[in-house]
Parts: sequence; C-alpha cells; structure tokens
Amino acid sequence: MEQIEIKGLEVSVNQKKVLNGVDLLVQRGKIHVLMGPNGSGKSTLANVLMGNPKYTVNAGSIKFDGEDLLKLKVNERAKKGIFLAFQEPVEISGVNTMNFLVTAHTNLKGKDPELRKEIIKKMNELNLPDSFLKRSLNEGFSGGEKKRFELLQVMLLKPKIAILDEIDSGMDIDSVRMLGEITKKLSEDTGFLMITHNDHILDHVKPDMVSVMKDGKIIKSGDYQLIEQIRREGYRQLI
Amino acid sequence: MEKIEFDYSKYDFKNSTSKYKILFNEGLSEEVVRRISKLKDEPEWMTDFRTNAYKFFVKRPVPEWGADLSKINFENITYFARATDKKTSNWDDLPEDIRDTYDRLGIPEAEKKSLSGVEVMYESEVVYNSIKKGLEELGVIFCDTDTAIKQYPELVRKYFGKVISPNDNKFAALNSAVWSGGSFIYVPKGVKVPMPLQAYFRINAANMGQFERTLIIADEGADVTYIEGCTAPVYSKDSLHAAVVEVIAHKNAHVKYITVQNWSSDVYNLVTKRAFAYENAFVEWIDANMGSKVTEKYPSVYLMEPGAKSNVLSVALANKGQHQDTGTKAVHLAPNTSSVIRSKSICLNGGRTTYRGLVKVKKGATDVKSSTRCDALIFDDFSRTDTYPYMEIDEEESTISHEASVGKIGDEQLFYLESRGLSELEAINMIVLGFIAEFVDELPIEFAVEFNRLIKINMEGAVG
Repeated sequence: MEQIEIKGLEVSVNQKKVLNGVDLLVQRGKIHVLMGPNGSGKSTLANVLMGNPKYTVNAGSIKFDGEDLLKLKVNERAKKGIFLAFQEPVEISGVNTMNFLVTAHTNLKGKDPELRKEIIKKMNELNLPDSFLKRSLNEGFSGGEKKRFELLQVMLLKPKIAILDEIDSGMDIDSVRMLGEITKKLSEDTGFLMITHNDHILDHVKPDMVSVMKDGKIIKSGDYQLIEQIRREGYRQLI
Repeated sequence: MEKIEFDYSKYDFKNSTSKYKILFNEGLSEEVVRRISKLKDEPEWMTDFRTNAYKFFVKRPVPEWGADLSKINFENITYFARATDKKTSNWDDLPEDIRDTYDRLGIPEAEKKSLSGVEVMYESEVVYNSIKKGLEELGVIFCDTDTAIKQYPELVRKYFGKVISPNDNKFAALNSAVWSGGSFIYVPKGVKVPMPLQAYFRINAANMGQFERTLIIADEGADVTYIEGCTAPVYSKDSLHAAVVEVIAHKNAHVKYITVQNWSSDVYNLVTKRAFAYENAFVEWIDANMGSKVTEKYPSVYLMEPGAKSNVLSVALANKGQHQDTGTKAVHLAPNTSSVIRSKSICLNGGRTTYRGLVKVKKGATDVKSSTRCDALIFDDFSRTDTYPYMEIDEEESTISHEASVGKIGDEQLFYLESRGLSELEAINMIVLGFIAEFVDELPIEFAVEFNRLIKINMEGAVG
C-alpha cells in the first residue's frame, strides 16, 4: 500500500527545535486527522513533508512507498503524488490563475484538452466564481476563498497523499460541510493528512485514524473514539 | 544545478563581412563624418548639420553622472558599413546570408501575419522596406531616413533635429554627426494605421557602431504604433549603439512606440528618445531593455499643449556584468496635462539597475497630474538597484505622486509553485513574468510570446 512513513523525525527552524521525534503513518485511501494545540508542530510537519527549505531535518526518516522522500526536491515530491494545501496560500502578482492551474496540471498530470472545462465545473461545485481565473494567483481572494481554491487544486491534481493544513479555518459552516463531503468522496483514492484544531470538520468527516501532537511529538493515536474523548476532556487530560 | 533550457543561439550567429561593399576602418574624425555624407550624396544642409554636430561631440565630455562609460574607446569603433548595395522590398533580392538572418529571427513570417509595414536595418543601412498596400495611397510614409531626405526633403528638414538638438548630449551629438539609417514615418491627418509598423535593427560585425536616426510625425488625429527590435551576436570586443529617436504627435494624435531591446552583453546602448505631444495628443513609450553591457536611455515626453498625455512603461533586466540605467522624463509645459510612469526592474547575478526619472512642471501649467511607480525585483545580495526620482515642480496646483518598491524574490512564492510541480527555474520564470505582466499586456500578442522567451533567455543563471 502507498503510504508515507515517518520515523523519529527531528526538525529545527532558525536553530530552534520544533519536532522532537515524530512517528506517523499516512496511508492512501484513508483519512488521518492530526490535532493538537497551537504551536505543537503540526504545520511544521506539513511543510517538512512537502520539502519547505526553511526547515532543517536533524534526524529521522520520511519514506513514501519505500523511497526516501527527504532526498527529493519539492517539485519531485509533487510529481510522486504528494500535495500540500497551504494554511496561508501566498499571493503572486501578475501570475494568471488559469495559467497557473494549467501549468501545475501539465507538470503533474500531463496535458488535458478538457482541463479548462473541468476547472470551471469544479469551481462551480466549490462556489468559486470563474472570474477568479483571470485574476492574479490568490490576489484579492478572501480567506475562505483561498482555502476553497486549495481544495480545488486537490480535486484537479488528484494526489496520492494530500496534506490539508488547517484548510477548514476561515471557512464558513457551509464550506466546511462541503469540504467534508468532498474529502470523503476523494478519500477512495487519496490519502488525507488533515490538520485541524477546530473540530467542526469532524462532524462531517469520519477519520480512520486520529493523532494528537504536542510539543513536537505525537502523544496519542487512536481511532474516532479519541475525538470523543478530546471533546469531553480537552487536550490536557491526554498528557 | 539545473540546466537552462534556453540559449542565446537564436540571436548569436555571425555573418562574414568579406562581401561588404563598404567597411570603414575604425576611428572617428571630421573626415569620416564628411565621407558618410558624401557616400549618401546628401544635400549641403545635412553635411553642415553633421559637421556642426561633430564639433559638439568633440567638445562634450563623456558623461559621468550615470553608468561607467569610461571604457568606451571611440577610436576602436567602426562608424559605417554597407553590407549590400541594394535596398529592396522583396526578401528574395537580399544576399542569402542577410535574408537568412531575418528568417532566423522570424521577421518575414511576422510581416505576413500582423504588421502594416517592415523595415530592417543591417549594420549602417536599411536593406529591406515594405508597407502594406493601401497605406501608401492614404499618404502614409514609412521608409528609411536616408531615403526620406531625398524624397521628402521639406518634411524632413522641418522636423529633423528639432526635438533633440545636436548639442543635447554627447551621444546625441555623435549620432547627429554619423547617423545612418533608421525609420522615417509620416501619418497624415486623421489616418489610423491599423497594425504596427516594425523595424528590426541588427548589428553583425565586431566593433560596429550603429547610429540609426528615427523620426516619427503623426499629424492631427493620426494614430500609429511602431515596434523596434534590436539584436547583435556576441563578440568579446565592445560595440556601440547610439540612436536618436524624435517623435512629434500633433493635436489629437496617438503614437505608441514599443522597443524590445536585446543586445548582446558587449554593446554600449546609449540612446536619446524624446517626443513632443501637442494639444490632446497621447504618446506612449513601451520600452524593454535586456542585454547590453551598459544602457543609458530615458525616453521622454514634453507635454507642450493643454490636454496632452503620456504613458511610459518600462522593463529593465540586468544580469551579470550589466548595468541598465534607465528611466524617463515627463516635462509638463501646459495646463491639464498628465503623465503616467511605471518602471519594472529585475537584477540578478550582480547585475545593476538604476531608475533615473524627472517630472517637471512649469509655472503656469496648472491642473497637472503625474504619477510614478517604480518596482524592483532583486535576486541576491550582490545585485543592486537604485531609484533617483527627480522632481521640479514650479506650479502648486498639480497632483504628483511617486511610489517605489523593492522586493526580493520570495522563498514562500517559490515553495508554493514548486509544490505544484514546477522546477525552481520554472517557478522563477513564472514569478518574473508575473512581475512584468502589465508590460506584456501592452504588446501585440505575437510579440508577447517572443518577449517572454527573451526574458527567459536573459534570466540565465538565475538558478545557481
């Protein structure tokens, strides 16, 4: 089975240790929820999986399908089928949104003459006006629109593993419900690492696995029951 | 290191000079100036104009306020070369190597599809010139300036050297002394030229100096777009390009002048460009400077009468060993005139860009509006960008704004694009092309494609 296997991962940024030995398994076709308080290292993990050069890996390994992911460049990881939906998607002036989507799709999936139609269809599903396609990338998008645009890319690029870094934050209730339905549908073929510290989304998604992170470590893993426990008792009781 | 998939080879090819009809020895003197005039069989007023200008050239020191020009050796430059005797309007009549040059650059093909007329200059003279049928009947003139002096002497004499005097600056003086070739355009009252007229300037020989002289006159209500492209092969010795371009836009006329300059990295590119815009006229300079060793160029608009407008949009890209010292002047001499200036510069691998601009508002020129925006994108710590916006505002009732920004290419932007499968180089190109997108929007679509390609070529070494 295709999976990301993280073992003993230690990471620092600006000489500060942020991950202190993370072990985690993310499998294709499953939904894995990663929870934990602010600053626990969830976003760092997402960035390191994608290869953000800002972070330094000091120890441990990340394997995808048996291959050493840490040896691959960012775009090579993308080509292997790993995708990161950003918590704060960056704006790039003058880069046409449609052109960006076509370039990304061509790089990752090859040319598709039907792509433009597909993009517009999916945008309708997500309530994104297709006038966005003429704008600069992420420019003038509201917080929620940016998140839905990240989701659009998951739908178009169909990765093997999609890391969603707090994609639900900034989304309204209807969008969160939609997010739940879409991830459920896509999870037949895609594995999700869904990072959240807001459990609304969990009313709409039933994860296969739940892990809780604190101080750069996974402190507890389990199934859906773990969410119930956190809802009852908060994170503090887990320590 | 990632291999660059683009190269300069489309532009970097050389033809032999052995079959040239005339090739001057290097060096400059009044004798050289007189010989050029004689070869062209010019009227006396032009010979006098040249020799007079030569005196100004000798008298004026090499300017020191801008880029380093101290290495130019005027005695090592060839001031005149005639590659072929024939000027033609049929590509097949050109000597094979010259025709091949323009085929490789794709000019004949563009001519068929999207241009109203084409002129190509090879070394010192125009070798090919054509204009679409119908335009001539409307009275549109598009020919080389040498021909214009013979065929339209009164028209030329009325305007030649009136916008830029021979004593304007050292390089305008040099051009006025040894000029050869360039475009002459006259668009009669009310005539709108439907597609652009294009000129293509090519330096071929080493140590060559190219000194074209362009004069554009748009009569009342006329409309014309002119595009010039420039290239040269790579030599280790320096070449010199010192053009003078004069534009006159009469009442209600519109002139759009587009330049895409891509000189090889051994060319000193020192050009004087200026336009006079009369009542309600609109002049646009759309100016891209890539390549060259040093460029000093400040396309200017003098807003002479009420309602005149100007738009100057420029891109400068400086890679290793290059200094692009560019900018513009907007001189408001009348009320209700407006100017818009936008400058985009990119520097990498130790390249240097300088924006040098002047906004001047004369006393009595009320209700003037002028806005300047300069954006710089810098790649590394050893490249350099500077902005010198000069203002001389002698009228209180004016609205003047200036904004400037300097940004480093963003790591987060690169990471985002790379996470979508783009290589580092592709990501850089996408960001850079985005940065200058408003410039590309001003280009006719056929040129936009070529322009984007040129930018990518000139970004060589962006990924270390």
